[in-house]
Amino acid sequence: MKPVTFNVWRGDADGGAFATYETEISEGMVVLDAVHRIQAESAPDLAVRWNCKAGKCGSCSAEVNGAPRLMCMTRMDDMPDGEPVRVEPMKSFPLIRDLVTDVSWNFEVKKKIRPFKPRPPDADDGTWRMSQDDVDRVQEFRKCIECYLCQDVCHVLREHQLHDGFIGPRFFVHAAALEMHPLDTEDRVEELAATQGIGYCNITKCCTAVCPEHITITDNAIIPLKERVVDDLYDPIRRLFRVFRRKRT
Amino acid sequence: MAQAASSLTTQGFGRTRRRDRWWVTPLAIFLGLSGFVVYSTWAAFQGEHYHFGSYLSPFYSPEIFGSSPHSLFGAVPAAWPVWLPFSPALLILWAPAGFRFTCYYYRGSYYKAFWADPPACAVGEPRKGYRGENSFPLVIQNVHRYFLYLALIFLVFLSLDVWNALWFTGADGQVAFGIGVGTLVLAINVVLLGGYALGCHSMRHLMGGGKDHVGDAVFGRAGYRCVSCLNRGHMRWAWASLFWVAFSDFYVRMCSMGVIADWRIL
Ligand code: SF4
Ligand code: SF4
Ligand code: FES
Ligand code: FES
Repeated sequence: MKPVTFNVWRGDADGGAFATYETEISEGMVVLDAVHRIQAESAPDLAVRWNCKAGKCGSCSAEVNGAPRLMCMTRMDDMPDGEPVRVEPMKSFPLIRDLVTDVSWNFEVKKKIRPFKPRPPDADDGTWRMSQDDVDRVQEFRKCIECYLCQDVCHVLREHQLHDGFIGPRFFVHAAALEMHPLDTEDRVEELAATQGIGYCNITKCCTAVCPEHITITDNAIIPLKERVVDDLYDPIRRLFRVFRRKRT
Repeated sequence: MAQAASSLTTQGFGRTRRRDRWWVTPLAIFLGLSGFVVYSTWAAFQGEHYHFGSYLSPFYSPEIFGSSPHSLFGAVPAAWPVWLPFSPALLILWAPAGFRFTCYYYRGSYYKAFWADPPACAVGEPRKGYRGENSFPLVIQNVHRYFLYLALIFLVFLSLDVWNALWFTGADGQVAFGIGVGTLVLAINVVLLGGYALGCHSMRHLMGGGKDHVGDAVFGRAGYRCVSCLNRGHMRWAWASLFWVAFSDFYVRMCSMGVIADWRIL
């Protein structure tokens, strides 16, 4: 057991301050354990959202020493020795209180993405046939736990607050999972460019760097979608081909 | 409980509560890319010492017009205006330069290192306004796939250069097969540039990334797997090939200037 100092944000939308607490840390503890101990010992009204303590529910997202992290997966023994640990809420969403932010904007965004629309079943028994490679490609995207750490770190939302015209990396992952799905027949490419702001992403890969599920967001979801946008909107030869194909049919 | 008044915002250039040395990577990228641009511009404007025996510097290949025996169409056309400086490199370097400039990996890197957009993840930016690649001018970056097509043509020429670098003219005028250190330098250059260009995101799109059924692509599943495998190391290929292409020019230049002697292995 050793004493560690914490600077924890206390406040709401109207303002607040970093409060200093000291608590004992033992082997194997994570930041969320420490926050709970602070809650038990000296700040029973400290607001913190959590659920699984196993890195699977995506509730305990916050910023630890300036880095977007899941508190339950951030080990205390990875923190620099002898320095206070700073814990604060995410920056891209409105603050409710202390470490809790209102992430409901994300739920609204999700509704705007066209849902899965499969082709008719391949067999009479109502089943489909898919190749393993096609399934493997979208499988990665399904690991998302909706922690929104990628949305928090993305400078388009965090710094420029373009929430109205940009759906953010989490939803590019979602769109990619649907768009590349071997059974899906819906077309989301035009919207991605026109209203969902994929062009704002400047592929700086901060989303990939923070994803606790290690989804290769930029390389495997966003860039392939950007390439599909180029096919539809910017590639003159492709456009020409499409005109001819349309004429023939 | 002690109170320390503060604000939650990290907006403002360089503002962050990150504790690590976040500036190291962008600084290294800034220095690496700047060094390359300075050296390659200098080398391109030299217009001499770009070939040595059967070796041709990759900055000058293909040599469309020029005074070396590698030139495809002979000397500089007489119509070339005298006031315009001529170097065979200037005729072609725009293509590989455009390929790298519009490369997804480099874009992400230089937006951070040169334009601070953002300087690093979760670090404040110098400007409030932001358009990204959503509108002019950066929407032009979408031309990348066309530079890829050109880069693939360059790969063919650079491979031919390696073939040429396997043949040495002896003192008696006889041409004989051989391998010199320069041959290896040029061969490694093609391997690294090949790994870089074939692992390009636009290449991946072409090889099945753009299809919902990867197997429908030109080279089927195997092609997609291959390109994806190179693509995973795209950053490493990008840096290794950048360094080596400059080194290849440097090596040929040093041989041509007589500073170093090319060592014949075979
Ligand atoms: S890569 Fe794009 S989506 Fe991801 S953090 Fe950077 S700008 Fe945002
Ligand atoms: S993509 Fe990763 S970082 Fe983003 S919400 Fe999903 S799990 Fe979290
Ligand atoms: S509490 Fe569920 S992810 Fe941390
Ligand atoms: S993405 Fe890097 S070369 Fe195309």
